[in-house]
Amino acid sequence: MLSDPERKEIEEELRLLTPREAGCLEALKVVQKHRGWVPDEQIADLAEVLGVTPDEVDGIATFYPFIFRKPVGRHIVSVCDSMACWVMGYERVFHALVKRLGVSWGGTTADERFTLLPVSCIGHCDHAPALMVDGDLYGDLTEEGIGEILERYK
Amino acid sequence: MSSAVRRPSEKPLTGMMRNDGEPVGIREYEGKGGYAALRKALGSMTPQEVQDTVKAAALRGRGGAGFSAGLKWSFVPMGNKATHPKFLISNSDEMEPGSFKDRMLMERNPHQLIEGMVITAFAIEADVAYIFLRREYQRCGRIMEAALREAYGMGYLGKNIAGSGFSLEMRVHMSAGRYICGEETALLNALEGKRPIPRAKPPFPQSHGLWGKPTIVNNVETLCNVPHIVNNGPAWFKGLSLSEDGGTKIYGVSGRVKRSGLYELPMGTPMREILEEHAGGMREGYGMRAVIPGGGSTEFVLPELFDTPMDFDSMEKKAKSRLGTGTITVLDDKTCPIGMLHSLEKFFARESCGWCTPCRDGLPWIARILGSMEEGKGRAEDIDILREHTWLLKMRHTYCAFAPGAIEPLHSALEFFKEDFRRHIEEHRCSYRIGQG
Repeated sequence: MLSDPERKEIEEELRLLTPREAGCLEALKVVQKHRGWVPDEQIADLAEVLGVTPDEVDGIATFYPFIFRKPVGRHIVSVCDSMACWVMGYERVFHALVKRLGVSWGGTTADERFTLLPVSCIGHCDHAPALMVDGDLYGDLTEEGIGEILERYK
Repeated sequence: MSSAVRRPSEKPLTGMMRNDGEPVGIREYEGKGGYAALRKALGSMTPQEVQDTVKAAALRGRGGAGFSAGLKWSFVPMGNKATHPKFLISNSDEMEPGSFKDRMLMERNPHQLIEGMVITAFAIEADVAYIFLRREYQRCGRIMEAALREAYGMGYLGKNIAGSGFSLEMRVHMSAGRYICGEETALLNALEGKRPIPRAKPPFPQSHGLWGKPTIVNNVETLCNVPHIVNNGPAWFKGLSLSEDGGTKIYGVSGRVKRSGLYELPMGTPMREILEEHAGGMREGYGMRAVIPGGGSTEFVLPELFDTPMDFDSMEKKAKSRLGTGTITVLDDKTCPIGMLHSLEKFFARESCGWCTPCRDGLPWIARILGSMEEGKGRAEDIDILREHTWLLKMRHTYCAFAPGAIEPLHSALEFFKEDFRRHIEEHRCSYRIGQG
């Protein structure tokens, strides 16, 4: 079941959109904002709200890497692994992160604090290597500087 | 400066920006001459005149393909023949590896984009405009939303804009990842709430786009040029350039140069000048090997062709590559070209939408082979398989331009880095990795 606040926010998003199914991604984002991820049950609920099939909603949910279909940590560490960051030594940063967090790509730390994900070129190439924690951007990364960044997120 | 025609003070796209990196607010923008072009276009020009002006200015699309902006607009059905609503979309889904120019344009001067979009919407008689923004540009999103509120507040958006009788609604759509959403027909599916795979063309979006209605999708930098063309005229705009293509270009450099960053320069500035004068040349201890000149889907270029002017035609004809997004990524002499190529092809394999077979199956195959070479498991016959893929995935063998773009760097790497491929295979290792732990 969708919660009342979820329903209210989804309707608010759909208000501006015709037809309603155009708001599928917006609706998925609302559920994810409230739950951290999008469970099967809510996929079915959204299908009803939008007037489409659950498979159509899931087809969209699974297409986008930042709509999560399984639980994730409280914070998402997304590391750019694309060309400019690769040239500037993203692998060293990645290995430092793996060592520190004890998880690799797709993994969530045991305390559910962080999930580690790759992200495609985040447009911070002049400050490569770069990563994001949730919506915050960090560049010119060094292996030593990683710890300090992570400490800001509890 | 090396050229007599150079007018370094003329930086229409970045000249108004603040030194502190904060966005230019609406009052400041107006104070510096902003929204004058909007008043001029909507107040004293017809849509056709705006289209003709932009066509005469030789503004070519800055997203990579380089199609004439004015010509693209001219395919939109106009007047009584048109179905409404018509749409204008800013392709703000910047995700081409190595590209970071549109972020700067939106974060530092959001009203320039909004003004360009209102004028463009007027020129094609659009009713609704979207800024299709990638998820990672969240600061951008906040800045654009705030600027939209300001523009609505001042009557530059909404009903009867600046008393002209023209009305336009504008919204930000925040995406959730996936490079393919920047392909204009996949973008349309994304906005419609469908799975964002590309559509067959024709019909083209100009006549049958969003919900089947006439739609123009333009890159951020393209749209940002429009107010300046309207203000100063086509002759001025063409005069900014060293080439046949009008205007300035936001060039970028990343990799091991002394001053990586973005530089607004005349269109057609030679690569060598960008790399050496503006980016400051290579960092101590590093030599130049090659560049990817315009984002991940462009062919490598070797230093012997760095005299090439970075404009659309010269980059194709002389450098056998493309201008693309105009943002250069440098490969230095201590970095493995096959490793760099592997990173690129892994990106493309991951971002393929999976709709058509050559792309869905071919790109992971390419990426796996390159990965195995990096691990010292490459085989001599792998080179033939890679070469075969540059044919299998080429234009017209796939549904959209994604895979043909993905094989551009592979194609040139096979030619330029033969010796590296040979050593990886024969020595069963990547020699660049020795001593790197």
